[in-house]
Amino acid sequence: MADIQTREAARPNELSHSPHGALPAAGRAKKRAGRGGLAIAGEKLIELLIRLCGISAIIFVFGIFFFVFREAAPLFFEKPKAPTQEQAAMVERHADDHRPAHKVFSLKEFLFSKEWYPTSQSNVRFGVLALIVGTLSVTVLAMLMAVPFGLGAAVFVSEFCGGKLKETLKIVIELLAAIPSVVWGFIGLTVMNPIIQNLFNAPIGLNMLNGAILLALMSVPIMVSIGEDALKAVPDSFREAGIALGATKWQLVYRVLIPAAKNGLLAAVLLGVGRAVGETMAVLMATGHAVNIPFIKADGSFNPWFTFEPVRTLTATIAAELGEASEGSQHYRVLFLIGVLLFSITAVVNLTADMAIRGIKRK
Amino acid sequence: MSKLKTTTNWGMAIVLAIGLSQTGCGKRDSASSSGSGSGGGEVTSVQNMGSDTMVNLAQAWSEEYHKVDPSVSIEVSGGGSGLGIAGLINGTAEIANSSRKLEPEEVEKCKAKHGHDPKEYMVGYDALSIFVHKNNPLNEISIEELGEIYKEGGKVTKWSDLGVQSIPGAQGDEIVRISRQNNSGTYHYFREVVIGKKGDFKAGSVDLNGSKDVVETIAKTPNAIGYSGMGYATPEVKIVKVAKKKGEPSVMPNIETTLNKTYPIARPMFMYTPGSPPPHIQKYLDWVLSDAGQKIVKDTGYVPLPKK
Repeated sequence: MADIQTREAARPNELSHSPHGALPAAGRAKKRAGRGGLAIAGEKLIELLIRLCGISAIIFVFGIFFFVFREAAPLFFEKPKAPTQEQAAMVERHADDHRPAHKVFSLKEFLFSKEWYPTSQSNVRFGVLALIVGTLSVTVLAMLMAVPFGLGAAVFVSEFCGGKLKETLKIVIELLAAIPSVVWGFIGLTVMNPIIQNLFNAPIGLNMLNGAILLALMSVPIMVSIGEDALKAVPDSFREAGIALGATKWQLVYRVLIPAAKNGLLAAVLLGVGRAVGETMAVLMATGHAVNIPFIKADGSFNPWFTFEPVRTLTATIAAELGEASEGSQHYRVLFLIGVLLFSITAVVNLTADMAIRGIKRK
Repeated sequence: MSKLKTTTNWGMAIVLAIGLSQTGCGKRDSASSSGSGSGGGEVTSVQNMGSDTMVNLAQAWSEEYHKVDPSVSIEVSGGGSGLGIAGLINGTAEIANSSRKLEPEEVEKCKAKHGHDPKEYMVGYDALSIFVHKNNPLNEISIEELGEIYKEGGKVTKWSDLGVQSIPGAQGDEIVRISRQNNSGTYHYFREVVIGKKGDFKAGSVDLNGSKDVVETIAKTPNAIGYSGMGYATPEVKIVKVAKKKGEPSVMPNIETTLNKTYPIARPMFMYTPGSPPPHIQKYLDWVLSDAGQKIVKDTGYVPLPKK
């Protein structure tokens, strides 16, 4: 979010500089010659430092992706191998230990099986379908709540209120964004849990709805601030033209501003989605953490009350299990592969958001 | 303008330099304070981690032992038996708490890393208790019924299947299964005795990350059933008597029934060290096994070792 604001803030500066012609390089060098060599070296150093700070984000992103992928990669290259002598001896020594033969990892099972039994003694299964469904369903439900609220608030803050109210609202909304996710999780666990049980007659209050409400509350502030920026970017001449044509305030918003700012609003929504997909602590505490496809009942029929089913997300699974998976084991690598999967999902969402923003710029 | 630019640059450089030196100082300060915090005498700290079931007990031991021997500080952390054992193998835990025995594979790994077999100390028992909400009229349950509730392919999903007609405050008839994360020693033990070594849990149980969380969630959820250490019982939940088989007499978990082995799902609790421990750790473990240490086992709600 901050990234986009700074980028937008930086743009006009560049533009305002270039017509005057920021001193041509030769001229700059001449000016510098007047100063001490130390000053020049110092400036070079600072420039380099700042350049590094700028580029560091790219290095970090690729670095993280590389390390996460490196931990997961051996899954794809291992081959079923005959037990070494040592292993054979071990099996003999513990003949009563009915450990399954080492299973080769299958990407198909990973993506399409809903059976997640990473520490099973008899039949280890690494299927994350239920976790993907959990993540997506919680996110979609959260967005159904957050999008109307977030964009509504953005329109209100940007167009319908002014002065003190506007400033207060903006500060309070920023504060909402500053609440740590573990605090949200705590609220889900202690406050929302009994409320959901009693209000909706749900057997357990730690469920999809609980997690989705928390995620909605967490992603609304992002949507409001970016949505508001997008609306602010619509030139005032649009508003003036609308009013001149006799449009009411609502018609102005609905017919003029929203269509004009739609790319920015879309970006706001997508960044909210990114936040919701990546959120860990709150959903770990509030969704019930059950490997469960909420839409299907135990007998295989469709479950219309799916919002009250406990679910488990990809992020929460990593958080809960990585600490205890022994390093280098298949379980450990699969958890990293879940990391790669999450990384890909959020990257796609963020890239889409970025392209949407670029869309505005071109206009 | 260019002059202004240079001054701001230098200004920034100064700010940066101050910032960097500050963080440097901060680090040094914290290092020295932790050094001086250890007081006049030399304090040896011992890393003790693992079983979440045992974390309260280990904490109580650590606090009490500090009075006995202030020169040793036992630093306790939880996280689960799996974490403790992983720590034992990679060397971050000097004592690992575990609510299950080491797997043969783990013994091999530890031996490969440290050169000798890990040393095992049985330090007490825990009666794994079955908890339901305090309004639940259920009083007893058999291991088979628990299996049908929890195992993959088990048939029992409704309270009425167990003969419980209505639970005051409950929403519907569904049994909400509370379980533990899949690396927990308690999870492993429950799977072994209730589901069977070859079986697995029914998907869709609510998997929580701590013994205390299980009890707290059950206290808030009238439809729930769950398993946790006996020491975590609160007035908000009810412990159910357990029978080995349907029709056999059901037994309440307590010290007596655990020691005479009539309670079917009691388990020993262990502490492991990588090989023979150094003298200060050996002294601590001896104290844990002494009467003073075993009294704390009883006080925290677990079952002490039988007197010899």
